[in-house]
Amino acid sequence: MTTAAFLSDDAAGAAQTEVMTMAQALNSALHLAMDADSKVLLLGEDVADPIGGVLKISKGLSTKYGRDRVRPTPIAETGIIGAAVGLAMGGYKPIAEIMFMDFTTVCIDQIVNHAAKLRYMSGGHTPVPLTVRTGVGTRRFGAQHAQNLEAWFMHTPGIKVVVPSTAADAKGLLASCIDDPDPCLFVEHFDLVFTQKDEVPVGLHKVPLGKAAVRRPGEHVTVITYGTQVRNAVAAAETLAEQGISAEVIDLRTLVPLDMETVLESVERTRRAVVLHDAHTFCGPGAELAAQITETLWADLLAPVLRLGAGYSPVPFAAGLDFHPTSDDLVAAVHQLMGR
Amino acid sequence: MLTTAEMLQMYRTMALITATSDRASAEVKSGSLQSAFYPVRGLEGVCGALSIAVTTEDQLVSTYRSLGDALAKGSNLRGVIAEIYGRSDGVCGGKGGPMHLHDTSVGFMTSTGIVGSGIPIAVGLGIAAQLDGAQRAVVTTFGDGATSIGAFHEGMNMAGLWKLPVVFLCQNNQWGEHTPIAEYAANTDLAGRAQAYGMRTVRVDGFDPVATAEVLRDALARARNGEGPTFVEAVTYRLTGHSGSADYSYMPADELAAALERDPVPSFRRRLLESGAASESDLAAIDAEVVAQVDDAFAFAQASAPPEQDLRYRDVFADTAALAGTGVAL
Repeated sequence: MTTAAFLSDDAAGAAQTEVMTMAQALNSALHLAMDADSKVLLLGEDVADPIGGVLKISKGLSTKYGRDRVRPTPIAETGIIGAAVGLAMGGYKPIAEIMFMDFTTVCIDQIVNHAAKLRYMSGGHTPVPLTVRTGVGTRRFGAQHAQNLEAWFMHTPGIKVVVPSTAADAKGLLASCIDDPDPCLFVEHFDLVFTQKDEVPVGLHKVPLGKAAVRRPGEHVTVITYGTQVRNAVAAAETLAEQGISAEVIDLRTLVPLDMETVLESVERTRRAVVLHDAHTFCGPGAELAAQITETLWADLLAPVLRLGAGYSPVPFAAGLDFHPTSDDLVAAVHQLMGR
Repeated sequence: MLTTAEMLQMYRTMALITATSDRASAEVKSGSLQSAFYPVRGLEGVCGALSIAVTTEDQLVSTYRSLGDALAKGSNLRGVIAEIYGRSDGVCGGKGGPMHLHDTSVGFMTSTGIVGSGIPIAVGLGIAAQLDGAQRAVVTTFGDGATSIGAFHEGMNMAGLWKLPVVFLCQNNQWGEHTPIAEYAANTDLAGRAQAYGMRTVRVDGFDPVATAEVLRDALARARNGEGPTFVEAVTYRLTGHSGSADYSYMPADELAAALERDPVPSFRRRLLESGAASESDLAAIDAEVVAQVDDAFAFAQASAPPEQDLRYRDVFADTAALAGTGVAL
């Protein structure tokens, strides 16, 4: 896979770019946001220097902006999100870091009952412009540090869900979340944070929420994916191309708002679709996508929409236990769709 | 020391809360109000005290039992009752309901149906006030039952740690839903528990509005002056059942009878008369005004239209276009 394949559409026209890791891109977005608006602040466990966050993503921020604006908190996820909700109600633009996505279960009340619902319950009087940054672990952390819970939050009206796959998108989407008037859950995958490198605009850079990117155009089948699985999808598409099958790869980038327009336009052309993600297949984001595609394009489809996701078990630690779909799994699924 | 005018203002607020709560309970019983309703009887002294201790700049975060708090913070009675009825003229346009009253126009920031969850939110508002360098305090009210949930302890720890301008007003009515405090708390000394978080704590008789007002004024002044948080345990007693259905079967009759003898509004009324602060005709005039105000608010609410159907998807997000892709027909 080449770096160019991961160039964000929006980055392409930017004047000055630099190759950055996703971690560097996120750090850059945080610096620029805090620089641009004194109401932006960050709170979470270990976020201040000298540690600068367990993944170093907030490195340098507290030294530059002080511990009032980059506030290391107790280990208290409910308190962190609750305080961030209060700060948002008090006129600030808080970014709350929940170290691992699994820990959002500790504060899910504050996220789903408060952040997501206050605007609605107050009849529009109480917006909550909050960004929750959270990481998804890799399997070597075991079952309580590696869950993809995005479907839980997609199922909650009132919160946006954003999962970047490139460094440029990570920077641009995070900037959009911080400026967004609604609460946003921003998911950083640890498999991408340090290994995903691409051309990133050096200055202020925003990627709009709710706009999918076509990572690779194709004619025979549409692969709808996001986050880490974009890599597998692009790799599979290259293998399929050698076999004479042209696969279109759509990176959703944001799950809420969901860009069904781009998805449906593509599937209407290719007439075959497979949804690929790290979250569990059962009741996962792919279930929603498959249902909507089927409801809208039933007469055009040449085969049922397939879903590829994780198995219905906690995340196993051992690498030998198959769990997340691989690029080979996707190739096999596409062969099934093509009737080969 | 409270002035006579302040005491009469407090009496008016307390009487209004009693009359509104009793009327709402009656409407639930009659079927006119089809809603969960959590009476605030027993809390009138604390709410009355709060009403004269807060300024319009101060902010309040309340609970699902928030009727008294909303009126104490100065929310409009017609808007509050219309919200309880889920009508378009409600303070939240009918989409919040009785457990989720909000009225940011008077600093009534939110109320939550999740016990104890308002506490960390108040902490965040306290951080904002501190960062703003503002001369405002944040009050968060909650019942004794909320002291059992993790959110309470997380928020208290943060407030103590960062010396935030937050007043934690525990309306200790001795009941966590249908369970008495002694059956759910290992240590029923709530003020003592709060002290462990490095903050000032005060216990006060919540049936005594004058003493409670003095305690709250002091706590709020300290918060505004940057002297940090205070935990105020106002000891009251819930004079009704947990909810509008008013099941009293689990409440010891002698305990309830003893508490009713100290029912805040009648006992404060007697005190005003005995001290000579007000005459019978002064108070009768206030009582009559309150009855008229409550009648007006319920008539207004009952006549208010339900929200328009096309408002259903408004305010899920700032921009309704964000619902695209969810399958919602807009």
